[in-house]
Amino acid sequence: MKGRFFEQIMLMLGQAPKKPEVITPAAQEVHKMKRLTKDDFEAMKKHVRDHALEKHTWRNRRWTVLILVNLLFTFSFWLDIQILEGALTASRFVGFHLIDLNSALQVMLAHKHIIVNLFIGTATVFLLWAALGGRSFCSWVCPYHLVAELFEKLHLKLVEKKLVTDHEFHRGARTVMWVLFSLLAVVTGFTVFETLSPTGILSRALIYGPSLALGWVALLLVFEVVYSRRAWCRYVCPIGLTYGAVGAISPVRVMYDLNHCFHEGDCRKVCLVPHVLEMVIKGRSPDVKVPVGPDCTRCGLCVDTCPSGALKFEVKGLNKLL
Amino acid sequence: MSQETESGPAVPADSDATPAPRPKKGGGAPRSNARAQEARRRFIRTAVMSTAVVGAGLAGYLPVAAQADSPRLRPPGALDEDDFLSSCIKCGQCVQVCPVQAIVLGDITDGFGIGVPHIESREQACDFSCDAVQCILACPTGALVYRKPDFLTIRPGAELAHKPVLKAKANDPEPTLNLIERAGLARLSRPEACLATQGKGFKGQARGADFTGQMRYMDVDRWAPIKVADHPYERELCDLCVTECPIQDAIRLEVTEAADGSKRGMPVVMEQCVGCGVCEMICPVEPTAIVVDSRAVWEGEA
Repeated sequence: MKGRFFEQIMLMLGQAPKKPEVITPAAQEVHKMKRLTKDDFEAMKKHVRDHALEKHTWRNRRWTVLILVNLLFTFSFWLDIQILEGALTASRFVGFHLIDLNSALQVMLAHKHIIVNLFIGTATVFLLWAALGGRSFCSWVCPYHLVAELFEKLHLKLVEKKLVTDHEFHRGARTVMWVLFSLLAVVTGFTVFETLSPTGILSRALIYGPSLALGWVALLLVFEVVYSRRAWCRYVCPIGLTYGAVGAISPVRVMYDLNHCFHEGDCRKVCLVPHVLEMVIKGRSPDVKVPVGPDCTRCGLCVDTCPSGALKFEVKGLNKLL
Repeated sequence: MSQETESGPAVPADSDATPAPRPKKGGGAPRSNARAQEARRRFIRTAVMSTAVVGAGLAGYLPVAAQADSPRLRPPGALDEDDFLSSCIKCGQCVQVCPVQAIVLGDITDGFGIGVPHIESREQACDFSCDAVQCILACPTGALVYRKPDFLTIRPGAELAHKPVLKAKANDPEPTLNLIERAGLARLSRPEACLATQGKGFKGQARGADFTGQMRYMDVDRWAPIKVADHPYERELCDLCVTECPIQDAIRLEVTEAADGSKRGMPVVMEQCVGCGVCEMICPVEPTAIVVDSRAVWEGEA
């Protein structure tokens, strides 16, 4: 699995997924067996299908956490309980500085100076998300993610009724945005991205009250419903890329098990970033067990959806410890 | 949910049957044409979308440029405007610590100033009822600072001659505020409307019964600001801007006596004015006779 780390980084930056060059002998054996015992395989698949339960375990946990975190911000101010003061861009958790990595980056590039509090808060958040899965920030904390997820259901309904179609963009756009917004911060001396960031806008609106900026968020949602599925999170938001980079070294991830997979692709249909699930396509898995790459938001929709338990959350090294 | 064969998923369903034949080099021309066309379309779409997003972001400069002549009044200790906009992380922690909720955040109509704090003095001024410039303490990025870092300069006339003495703390061992620069400067903008210059007094609620602005009154409660509406005044010659000013030696009333014995007053802004805006909030004339000019510097007594 050498080179996979780099390959997954490139995938996150926008490269199209490639067929694996090397497939381990063990995985080849599984691929072969699935072909040879096709009738058994089909029968087994049907059996699992018929007995699969619709579950939303991880989604419900995630929504609960996301809502609680954002409410904690809100109530810390409203009720003056002072546990989590500030907004998602920067806050204090019982006094400890927490600074959003992307906002910190924008501020440092625009202001061209690092102060101690900013550094401490950024380092804390870096360690936190390096431990918890990087882009898990997106799906477990970002308020825009939840809103966009709800509007995505509407989009999918309209697609089903053939009223709208999903227009894909090149995923490399997000990398270009990341570079452009960084350059703009340096050149203009303003935190240009913050003007547009629905994460910051929604977080502040939840804490400090509604703003006209919510109109921009509404515009994004309309665009995602009628034109392109989850466009902001998929193709634009540099915050996702920043946290994705952090998640590349994170032990918390979804693990794919080729043995249990029937290659039906339901996971890819629900996934925000289906390119990370390339290995679930029949014959594509380079190994029997493959961790899902850093662009994964650890939202757990695939884990909930998979009828045969081929995708599961895993904490690297924890199994060895237990 | 078994819908893998149903139509309409955004992601192409994984081939369950035989995998699609790989397009051979040179062969399969129609298919590769269609693919190339779709790739081209996607590229153009992406370019248009990216340009639109960056354009929308850059449009945030317009309000900043428009506000250049009449900048917003920033909280105490704010860096100069451009540095302030760049260093502020738009978190609102300063908003949360202010005991009179004087600080409000900019909206998207402020462009790059979205989420950046400012003070609308006429609605709710900073009266320093926190005693210690809590907003500066709360700021995580140094956008609000007690003392600017060495690489930033202080504009001439922005620096205070000495740290301002807070009237409320006059009897404390340390009576000063930890402030080096002023946020702005008060100015008698409509002297003809000023009650004192007309020799008039004032009786009643300074800003009417419906005014929601708050202030701390030392004779009421040092640590609990109350509504200005709940604290009516009675003055023979209006001097609210002078008596309610929280800073020592920041404004005085020069009284002259006419031949008939009637008194007229003239509020005079002094060097210690930090630009907190209390005079603008308390002025009972509509519209106010005294304003704070944000970012204005001391150029000697007017």
